[in-house]
Amino acid sequence: MALPNKVVGELKAVKDPEVDEREVDILIVGGGMAACGTAFEVKKWMSDDQKVLLCDKAAMERSGAVAQGLSAINTYIGENSPDDYVRMVRNDLMGLVREDLIFDLGCHVDDSVHLFEEWGLPIWKKSDDGKNLDGKKGLKVGSLKGGAKPVRTGKWQIMINGESYKRIVAEAAKKAIGEDDIIERCFIVELLLDDKVENQIAGAVGFSLRENKVYIIKAKTVMIACGGAVNIYQPRSVGEGKGRAWYPVWNAGSTYYMGMKVGAELSMMENRFTPARFKDGYGPVGAWFLLFKAKTLNGLGENFAASEAAKKELERYAPYGTAAITPTCLRNHLMLFEMKEGRGPIIMDTVTALAELGKTMDKKELKHLEAEAWEDFLDMTCGQANLWCATNTEPEKKNSEVMPTEPYLLGSHSGCCGFWVSGPDFDWVPADYKWGDGDKVYNRMTTVKGLFTAGDGVGCSGHKFSSGSHAEGRMVAKEMVKYVRDHADFKPTIGQSKDELVDMTYKPVRLFLENKSYTTAVDINPAYVKPAGMALRLMKATHEYGAGTATYYMTTSKNLEIIMEMLNVMKEDCEKLAAGDLHELMRAWEIKHRIWTVEAHLRHIQFRKESRYPGFYYQADYPGQDDANWFCFVNSKYDPKAGKFDTFKKDYIKLIP
Amino acid sequence: MPSFVIDEKCDGCKGGDKTACMYICPNDLMVLDPNAMKAYNQEPDQCWECFSCVKICPTQAIEVRGYSDFVPLGSSIMPMMGTEDVMWTCKFRNGLIKRFKFPIRTTPEGEANAYNSLKGKDLDSQLLSTEEADGYSIPKPQALA
Repeated sequence: MALPNKVVGELKAVKDPEVDEREVDILIVGGGMAACGTAFEVKKWMSDDQKVLLCDKAAMERSGAVAQGLSAINTYIGENSPDDYVRMVRNDLMGLVREDLIFDLGCHVDDSVHLFEEWGLPIWKKSDDGKNLDGKKGLKVGSLKGGAKPVRTGKWQIMINGESYKRIVAEAAKKAIGEDDIIERCFIVELLLDDKVENQIAGAVGFSLRENKVYIIKAKTVMIACGGAVNIYQPRSVGEGKGRAWYPVWNAGSTYYMGMKVGAELSMMENRFTPARFKDGYGPVGAWFLLFKAKTLNGLGENFAASEAAKKELERYAPYGTAAITPTCLRNHLMLFEMKEGRGPIIMDTVTALAELGKTMDKKELKHLEAEAWEDFLDMTCGQANLWCATNTEPEKKNSEVMPTEPYLLGSHSGCCGFWVSGPDFDWVPADYKWGDGDKVYNRMTTVKGLFTAGDGVGCSGHKFSSGSHAEGRMVAKEMVKYVRDHADFKPTIGQSKDELVDMTYKPVRLFLENKSYTTAVDINPAYVKPAGMALRLMKATHEYGAGTATYYMTTSKNLEIIMEMLNVMKEDCEKLAAGDLHELMRAWEIKHRIWTVEAHLRHIQFRKESRYPGFYYQADYPGQDDANWFCFVNSKYDPKAGKFDTFKKDYIKLIP
Repeated sequence: MPSFVIDEKCDGCKGGDKTACMYICPNDLMVLDPNAMKAYNQEPDQCWECFSCVKICPTQAIEVRGYSDFVPLGSSIMPMMGTEDVMWTCKFRNGLIKRFKFPIRTTPEGEANAYNSLKGKDLDSQLLSTEEADGYSIPKPQALA
């Protein structure tokens, strides 16, 4: 038998990759919903002499959080007002949000949804006699834009047949920007600051996942929209099931890492999201609660959320806890309370819900209802449907367990971590919430000049979901073109040499090639660490010290002190990451992105001396909300020159009563 | 697992311009062994079970076997993509079979209107291009109006 000291991957990495140097006006990093929005919009505003480039780590047709599909669009304003949208988001996120950003998004999101429908996304409609019409049948009563009524599950959500949601959105994006201005399988790993103009973005560096090639791209303005951070905490399934993350497993915190590394100010990085989902398969629960009106029961069969004890507990978190819709974190909090008191597991009572709905339905309608229940999974979490099959679960006959998952970091769902960005240039937006360059304001620009973000990258503004991320990407497109117009004389200068940038990007490859022959087994070598091992080290540390599932999301000041030290050592060891093939080189960079992102998350938790989001995390030394001291944002900034972090409070300004 | 490739059915997309599963996998898991001319999943524990490879495979050579951590053996779910619908066949461990057909799009593939001839007029307004074309006006918060 041959010794196992050979590279595993098919696309071997070499010491000296080819270098592809480019210069554009606008660089879009990412290919998900936000980036597709930017790609659709950008050329409608650019002049013929301006250049744009989009780099996606994967293939746009199926990249980002919507790759698998979705069964609902969670943000459609329709008959509601953007004011009420702000109130809903604010309450769900326990009072602290940027109301200017949310209101602004609420003004534009429907336009994107109307485009999706025009492009071919089937959106369910209500017929005049109150029936649900899906697929092409939905179009018979007209389009949403034309005033047809969607099928609302909640006040903001509408049902779709969304298996091909991302394919449809990507198709329009690719046609609009053109294939020549897209590089797929290009993983951008670091942003570059300008050598002459202080605090100005100048480009980015990355590499191809298909050939040995490093890309060095100069740009006047850059958007980072690479999603949130997943696989940062030890998942509940640690074998093959590590991949069954709730959010896309390929989201590596790259948005946060790249922006923070060039000094962009982060905000609300403590605001993690820990969704409660169907146990193990992580199938969505939204349709079960909202569309099928199902209840969750504790292990004793009690509807615990409706109990007097629950009501009392929620009163402790007034006014959020006592609002008509209980905030997501508090719903988790009630669930965890049952589990900790020995009244678990938590059960979604699908049997009763479907029986109740079936009472008023004929056989055909009942069959359709069953299909709707399955479609909810098959459109967006196929694996959950398979789990039902494997466990002989027919939801009308057998209930399923629900459980809070491992924590995630994101800014577009029921969480709001991300960058501190400028609001829109309206007189009603407070001066502290808008900035740009000189007297110009650039909406969604970070605190680094020319660096924009959207979707999961924008902090303090959750509940955008797929549609809002797309609309926000479009808003950014226009602002970037404006920035380029206003900075016509700016020519980006990169301080690092070509060789330095290649060495930095391919460092894991070079380290590997220099040392791999020393031992007989390629993964075990004292000179380096493989990314797979590093990933497990991060997850073990966060799990045990960083308020992971091991401790029911509880941490303490002492635990935080310990893990911060561990993260510093991990960052040092990242210099010893090794990669033998291009796929492994991607993993090496991803784990570095994840470690920095987690550090920012925990630094914010350490700074905020209260537990504002019970159910998402608890700081045991500072239980409960402390409005007197902490009714404010927490921001942090990494100084790229000094290599130091600064964490500080930022005022919350209430705009909508 | 994650997705797996049936040896007998995979021809490495040798007749196509790209290896379909390798092209589509959002997590860069599917790769081609150029000697065997067969694809495989190189990192099963990072598979999201998104079925992108299953849906795109021209020879139906890819299926998914549930994660061994928590999915009992004996079931399968298999999509068949059409131009307007997807047909799912869901086989239970106990032998029960359910079939579902769901719409996927209402327009022919490739026909999404990218508004390529639309050019925005006022770069300094906050209006998106199609909003500007529609004559939309951006509201102010009601309390501040």
